[in-house]
Parts: sequence; structure tokens; C-alpha cells
Amino acid sequence: MMLTAQGLDIGYGTRRVGRGLSLGVDAGEIVCLLGPNGCGKTTLFRTLLGLIPALGGTVALAGQPIAALRRAEIARRIAYVPQAHAPPFPFEALDVVLMGRTARLGVFGQPGNADRAAAFAAMERLGIADLADRDYSRLSGGQRQLVLIARALAQETPLIVMDEPTASLDFGNQAQVLAQIAAIAGAAGTEERSVILSTHDPDQAFALNARVMLMKDGQFHAEGPADHALTDETLSAVYGLPVAVEKTESGRHVCVPSIAARSSTAGVSGASG
Amino acid sequence: MGRGTTAEMNNRRPALTMTGALSLLLVLMAFGAVMIGPYELSTGQVLAVLAGQGDEQARIVVWNIRLPRIGAALLVGASLAAAGASFQALFRNPLVSPDILGVSAGAGLGAVVGIFLALPVVAIQVSAFVGGMVAVGVVMLVASLVRNTDRTLTLVLIGVVIGALAGAMTSLLKVLADPYDQLPAITFWFLGSLAAITDDDLLPALPLVVIGLLPLALLRWRVNVLSLGDEEASSLGVEAGRTRFFVIAAATLITASVTALAGVVGWVGLVIPHIARMIVGPGFGRLLPASALIGAGYLLIVDTLARTIAQIEVPLGVLTAVIGAPFFVWLLARGRRGWS
Repeated sequence: MMLTAQGLDIGYGTRRVGRGLSLGVDAGEIVCLLGPNGCGKTTLFRTLLGLIPALGGTVALAGQPIAALRRAEIARRIAYVPQAHAPPFPFEALDVVLMGRTARLGVFGQPGNADRAAAFAAMERLGIADLADRDYSRLSGGQRQLVLIARALAQETPLIVMDEPTASLDFGNQAQVLAQIAAIAGAAGTEERSVILSTHDPDQAFALNARVMLMKDGQFHAEGPADHALTDETLSAVYGLPVAVEKTESGRHVCVPSIAARSSTAGVSGASG
Repeated sequence: MGRGTTAEMNNRRPALTMTGALSLLLVLMAFGAVMIGPYELSTGQVLAVLAGQGDEQARIVVWNIRLPRIGAALLVGASLAAAGASFQALFRNPLVSPDILGVSAGAGLGAVVGIFLALPVVAIQVSAFVGGMVAVGVVMLVASLVRNTDRTLTLVLIGVVIGALAGAMTSLLKVLADPYDQLPAITFWFLGSLAAITDDDLLPALPLVVIGLLPLALLRWRVNVLSLGDEEASSLGVEAGRTRFFVIAAATLITASVTALAGVVGWVGLVIPHIARMIVGPGFGRLLPASALIGAGYLLIVDTLARTIAQIEVPLGVLTAVIGAPFFVWLLARGRRGWS
């Protein structure tokens, strides 16, 4: 088990966002966290990363409780891919990727040639080597997201946490980022890398053949392989409107929300919003 | 891989060349500044004095008057610009100046207390230094007691509050101060000046500045990572709170030391890091030395103007604002989208 969380209560200060959450991530696995806005996905991630303390329960990385680990030790076990953002200063993309090497340097250390090579290799692996000397703050959202994924690869961790990696990306970029996530997860050669990501698109869970954690109001509503956990019933219950899971001719699953029945569900979405 | 090493060489060599070129330029400027003044000196005279010869009068002008003052201008300019670059990276905001956490307001209160009590100059300087350090210490202490997830915003807001309180106490002392003797001294202190600088003022400040620059230079990579924000820096393995504490302490030590020496000299710490960033990019490892060198040169020019353009000394703070403010507007106007 790369990561285990048991009986986790999450939230800020005295405000609990979620209760009694238990999950585990195995080596080489992709776990997809789904749920409506405000259900606690980001808070859960921050707790798993040790950025905010758990209000109850435990998080363990490779068997060690996260609360007992120093930041650098955590950063050598989990990498975090935040949503693409604009930094205040115009760093080169390679420098941003190079920051992924920080946990492997001493407190006063500087990245050396080996670190630069590792950062560049991570960019090459994602097919963005040509962005290396470009100004990160001027890249498109999709390019930035790939640079941040490259940074997580350069961090060389067995587990990567991605917070809505496809949010705010256009159709083509979403597909590209998704393909890269599928490519870097799993047992490729000698490395076994797990990915846990959140998304608003249940289709992606099918596309990635991920294990799904379906979250509602701070609790796991359903979990398991995508075709088990994501059904008409579970999706309809979690998102508060009729959803049908259909199979396309090519065998892919797609989740289709009912738009026609809007009038009958207006009360439901009004109550939950 | 091959490209990685090429990029490495491409990046590092011009940075070293740049540092060398700036240093050389600085030496030439300092030499020129020694020659300029009410008592003009030729190149030959200055060289003779530096070689231990020359006439009595030239020796006094060079060693006792010009060099201490030039040294002070270099030290104050380098320090304020280096501290400004540090605070800008730390607060992820290019509009931040070194007195963001109230170091100038605190040093001002310290100096005013010293002037009000009619203490000797050295005691006023010590009082200003202590005031600056205490103000920032109080800001950090209060900020650590406030429960808020946005640590940098909390620090900035508490800094504003403590700065306002120190300003209020300063105003009270100004009302109570002797209007013929003490009040002008207070006013001039807040305008900044290097007119009265001697070796004895300069020598205690120098080691303090070096002690402050050392952790900044050592932590230069972590400062870059910290400029991504606490959450990302933490996830990349940086102890964000602890690192920020050391950077603030170091930059404050530097700022308080030179503010005690020169009074409040504004705009240098705000504008110079921008210029340095335009030349060497945002990487703190190059930004810190570039800011220090350019800041030193800038304040040398401004102080040479301050002592030569008029019959009386023009206060330093007036000149740095008159030059700095329009320049800053120009920077903003030419600025592309980001802060490069």
C-alpha cells in the first residue's frame, strides 16, 4: 500500500468537511476521486499531502504516519500537481520543473547538472522538451499543466496527487493530459507509479480504467472499479439529477446527464446548492 | 540530456559575465565619485592618495570625507535592493518594498525616541536599529497568534497595523519634541541622508549586513520555491514557515542596519529588483547579487547628485522618490503581462 487513510476526519479548524473517510492506494494504481463542487475533494487531498492536519484518523505513507514525517520526506513519497496557475515571476519552464528536485537537495543545496538532466528528461517524456526555455507565465493552460506534471515526474515519487488536472483545459488538451496520466501511471519498466486524481468528468474514470471513489457531502458514496462504482443510480444520487451510463459502439462508457428533465430536478439542485 | 547541459552553460556563463561587468562598472563609478565634489580632484591626485601619497588636503578629502560616504552609499543601496528582492520573492508580489513589515516605521520610532531623549548619535543609531528589529519581531509574533491559513497576507496586514502604531507614536513624539532643535532632526532622519557618515558609523553596519546576506545567499534555491506559495513549496519539500522566518529575519537585519545608518531611503528596494529581474531573470540565485550590485551603483549616483547638484545637501529620500517614482511608472507602462 502506497498510501492508506483510515477513519479520516477532514476540515479546517473546528469546521469538519468530511468524516470517517478510509481509502488506500496500491502501487501502480490510478484512483479517481469524483464528486460535486464543495464535497471535500480538495480538502481531502490537502490532508493526504499533510498540508493541513487531519481532524481525526490517520494518513500513512508506505506504513509511516504522515504527521511524523518531515516535509522533505513527504515530498520524496508524494508529488502534488496543483491546478495550472500563473506564478508572480516569469520563471523558465525548465526552472519550474527543476523545483521538483528540491526534496532531494540539502537545505542550502542548489540543483546541479544531474538535476537539470532529470528535469529535462521529465519534460521530454511528456513531449514538452521544446518548452524548456520558454517563460512559464506565458504558456497556455494546457502547457502549464503538462509542465506541472513534468515537475511531479522530476520529483520521482511513487505517488502523484493531481487536483483536477483537466479543469479549465480545452477539449484537445484534456485528452492530451489524460493520455499522459495513463502513460505515467502503472508499472512501466522498473518503476511503479500510482496516481490519485480528482475530476468533474466521470467519463475520464472510464477512460483511465481507474478505481473510483465517488464522494458526496464529505463521505464516500460508492467505490470500486469504474464500471462498478459509476452506475445510473450512484451518479444520479451524487449529482442530484438523472444520469445514464451508456456504452458506445466502440465499447467505451459515457455518462450522460439528463438535460430534458431539468424542471423536475430544479428543486434538488436548488436544495444542494 | 545534451540539451540540458547546453542550457546550463548558456545560463550560467552570461550570469557570471554580468556580475563581473557590473562589479567593474561599480569600481569605476566609485572612482569617479571620489573625484567629484566641491573640492575637485584629478585622476592622478586620487591615484596618488590611494597609493599612500598626495598632499595633506587631498588625503583628508579622500579618506575622511569621500570614501566613507561612497562606501555608505554602496552599502545602503546594495542592502536595500537585496532586502527588497528577498521580500518580493517571499511575498510573491513585485510591489513589495523592504519596509512592508514595518521595519522603517519601527526604526523611525527608535530614532525619534533617541533624538527626543537627546542621546548621542551612536545611541540614536542603536535605538533605530533596535526599533526596526523589534517592530518586525512583534509583527511575526502577532501573526503567529492569528489563525489564518494565508500566512503571507496575515503578515502583511499585521505589518500595516504595527507600522501605523509606530507611526502614531512617532507623531506624538514629534508634537512633544523641541521644534527648533529636535523636530528638524526628526524630519531629516525620515528623508534619509549620508552627509554625516564616518568610518565609525560604517564599520558596525558592515558585519551586520554580511550576516544578513549570508542566509539569503545560502537559501537562494528555497526562496525560488517559496515564491510559488506555501502550499506548493511545502508539497515540494520546503518547510515553508521556517524558511520564511529565516528570510524575513535576514532581510530585516539588513534593512534595519542600513536604515539606522542613513535614515529612511525609499524606492531603492522597490525599483532596483525590477531592473535586476529584467536583466537576469527571476531566479533568486542571480537576482540577489544583481540587485545588490545595481542597488549599490544606483544609490552611489543618487548620493553623488545629492551632495553636488545644489549649494545645500538635497535629502536622499527626496531624490530617490523623484527619480524612482516616474521610473516605476515607466516600468509598469512598458511591462508586458507579467513582472519581468
